[in-house]
Amino acid sequence: MEDGSLQFNRETIFALAAFFFAGMAQASGAGDPALGAAVFKKCQSCHQVGDRAKNRVGPQLNDIIGRTAGELAGAKYSKSMIQAGQDGLVWTEETLDRFLESPKSLVAKTRMSYRGLKDPDDRANLIAYLRAFSKGSTSAQNVPETGQGAGIQLDPVVLATVGDAEYGEYLSSECLTCHQSSGSNDGIPGITAWPTEDFVIAMHAYKQKVREHPVMQMMAGRLSDEEIAALASYFNGLE
Amino acid sequence: MKLTRRVFMGSGAAAATALAAPMAFAGGHGKPRVVVVGGGAGGATAARYIAKDSKGAVDVTLIEPSRMYYTCFFSNLYLGGIKAIDDLGHSYGNMAAGGVNVVHDWAVGVDRDAKTVTLAGGASVPYDKLILSPGIDFVEGAVAGWDLSSQNAMPHAYKGGSQTELLKAQIAAMPQGGTFAMVAPPNPYRCPPGPYERVSMVAHYLKANNPTAKIIVADPKPKFSKQGLFQEGWGKHYNGMIDWIGDDFGGGNVSVDPGAMTVTIDGEVSKVDVCNVIPAMKAGRIAELAGVTDGKFAPVNAIDMSTKADADVYILGDASQQGDMPKSGFSANSQAKVCANAVRGALTGSRVFPAKFSNTCWSLIDTNDGVKVGATYEATDEKIAKVDGFISATGETADVRKATYEESEGWYAGITADMFG
Ligand SMILES: Cc1cc2nc3c(=O)[nH]c(=O)nc-3n(C[C@H](O)[C@H](O)[C@H](O)COP(=O)(O)OP(=O)(O)OC[C@H]3O[C@@H](n4cnc5c(N)ncnc54)[C@H](O)[C@@H]3O)c2cc1C
Ligand code: HEC
Ligand code: HEC
Repeated sequence: MEDGSLQFNRETIFALAAFFFAGMAQASGAGDPALGAAVFKKCQSCHQVGDRAKNRVGPQLNDIIGRTAGELAGAKYSKSMIQAGQDGLVWTEETLDRFLESPKSLVAKTRMSYRGLKDPDDRANLIAYLRAFSKGSTSAQNVPETGQGAGIQLDPVVLATVGDAEYGEYLSSECLTCHQSSGSNDGIPGITAWPTEDFVIAMHAYKQKVREHPVMQMMAGRLSDEEIAALASYFNGLE
Repeated sequence: MKLTRRVFMGSGAAAATALAAPMAFAGGHGKPRVVVVGGGAGGATAARYIAKDSKGAVDVTLIEPSRMYYTCFFSNLYLGGIKAIDDLGHSYGNMAAGGVNVVHDWAVGVDRDAKTVTLAGGASVPYDKLILSPGIDFVEGAVAGWDLSSQNAMPHAYKGGSQTELLKAQIAAMPQGGTFAMVAPPNPYRCPPGPYERVSMVAHYLKANNPTAKIIVADPKPKFSKQGLFQEGWGKHYNGMIDWIGDDFGGGNVSVDPGAMTVTIDGEVSKVDVCNVIPAMKAGRIAELAGVTDGKFAPVNAIDMSTKADADVYILGDASQQGDMPKSGFSANSQAKVCANAVRGALTGSRVFPAKFSNTCWSLIDTNDGVKVGATYEATDEKIAKVDGFISATGETADVRKATYEESEGWYAGITADMFG
């Protein structure tokens, strides 16, 4: 954990400073929010924006521009994201651009399991889309919002299924070859103590192949709705 | 396989009727007793899970001669200079706190009628259920000119620890422009991509320290695991250094002379500086002594890993002959959990859930160039059968390969925590 925040303190401050100068011109204001709405699909299994947006796996992203990193009440953050915010990381178009290009190069031990968005135009459009949901913007009404949808089709009955925790404990043993029961985030994300609904959504996003990842698509692919509910309930109880 | 509440009730009812039998275990001697032989990927996991999940209701003894377990997994990264030997060592120190009684000794015999295991120290340990996970031994006479007494001159480095260190020292001592030879094993053997990850890691080391050195691989197989991925990587990172001679080119027609340090491949004699001989494999000797093997390995029932020979003796990991799963640490760990659930159920009447297995094997080709292959499996009447799988693609971006390598580090930390607590 310590090296995570250290990395932000030293190297990234320099990297960012360099970026501010180099990237100023093209980073501000160039994107198209309507095109950004399509790019946001990549974020939707974890984040929401718009009137009804709630914290899911990741924090809701309304008013993200100008927000200090890791400070939204009720959202679950990694220690490194909170530390980054305390060390002065504020989301601006520039810092967002850097983060979205490669989340782990900006906040080394972030919980955000997303590889990064390589195309600079996609990032500019996406940031323009997010700006539309931030303070001082008048364009939100012109932009499609995502409200509840997590980018996947889920029957409410599935979300409401109550898991059998004892079966979940058995099933979890298969996950613990990779995910540690201590909740460690090194190399493979921690999955303990998640709200059950978020857990269920994340697993169905893999199962429906909305979220990319060959291992997790395979693991989730053979789990039934009851089994996913059982796992969600078991891991929810681990701290 | 789809699971419904009805299936649960079914298995619950079955467990309830079976309850009468387990009581017999509690009969003369208090708690039911499980003895596990071999504290590796299969055995350590099984011992820990049975102790943890039964919360003291089952007496669990683990018999393992070594005080430290050195993983074979990641040992190639040690050869490549990417990991240190201490990164690979794990002690059994947390097992006792997890409720497992660890006895550091060799099991030298099993009396299946009396249900006891004899130890080299002379003690006899009684069991109700016996789980053997002894890993592998080598088939005698598999490589002409090589036997176990040659393992110092020509190491196999296919069991963890001192053999791996020896091989590393020999590679470091190679003269500039020298030759590293490998005699690869025939199927089935532990860790199908292992020899080829080793070739990659030796090349990685040599490229930095001995760039004019050569690597020759004599292989009795016409093709090997992740071949496309490895050969792409060898061309990219180590162009011209590695000569792989498959069976089609006489790679299977091989003999060695450990005294003269020569390897003869299809009649052609080469003088080499290091020779890594990985012979054909069979189940660890204790499985044979217990009389549960048939040929080289021990056939098991996929549903719970019990042997075909004896319902109270289970075999996990590399020593088992189970069907479609590759012999890997991941597989042994996965089988151990299915077995632990079944054994605990049989002894205490706890719920027994359907068998589910999975495996993923990562290999490192060069720094941050990781690849993986994996699959899920289920139990059928005949065997453990593959359900679904994936493999890394050739031509993936450097970012994907780096993320794959980072995942493998996460997995290593995960599985070792899962094995040793
Ligand atoms: C170079 C290499 C790389 C590998 N890489 C990977 C990888 O990346 N991923 C992966 O999943 N797998 C990998 N493997 C395979 C993995 O190491 C084995 O498949 C795994 O260890 C098998 O587990 P096991 O429980 O069957 O046997 P082992 O882990 O070998 O454990 C057997 C234990 O039994 C003990 N024992 C043996 N006989 C007796 C006896 N008579 N009495 C008491 N104790 C006894 C031994 O001391 C040993 O500790 C690799 C293997 C090699 C060689
Ligand atoms: C797999 C789930 C996931 C995906 C996909 C994902 N994120 Fe995240 N995101 C998270 C999590 C979890 C956090 C909290 C990170 C932490 O605490 O380290 C986060 C944090 C953030 C933050 C910082 C928020 C804050 O309050 O400090 C931003 C901004 C962000 N994500 C934007 C995005 C965008 C834009 C995308 C799409 C390109 C995206 N994320 C994709 C899970 C995800
Ligand atoms: C072979 C290793 C492996 C196994 C086994 C495995 N996972 Fe994963 N899991 C991963 C990796 C790697 C990721 C990160 C994937 C990504 O980048 O989207 C992940 C991601 C996840 C996530 C999303 C985490 C996040 O931060 O968004 C959840 C939830 C999850 N896994 C649950 C499970 C469950 C439940 C099981 C058991 C049924 C399981 N996993 C088994 C490797 C594994």
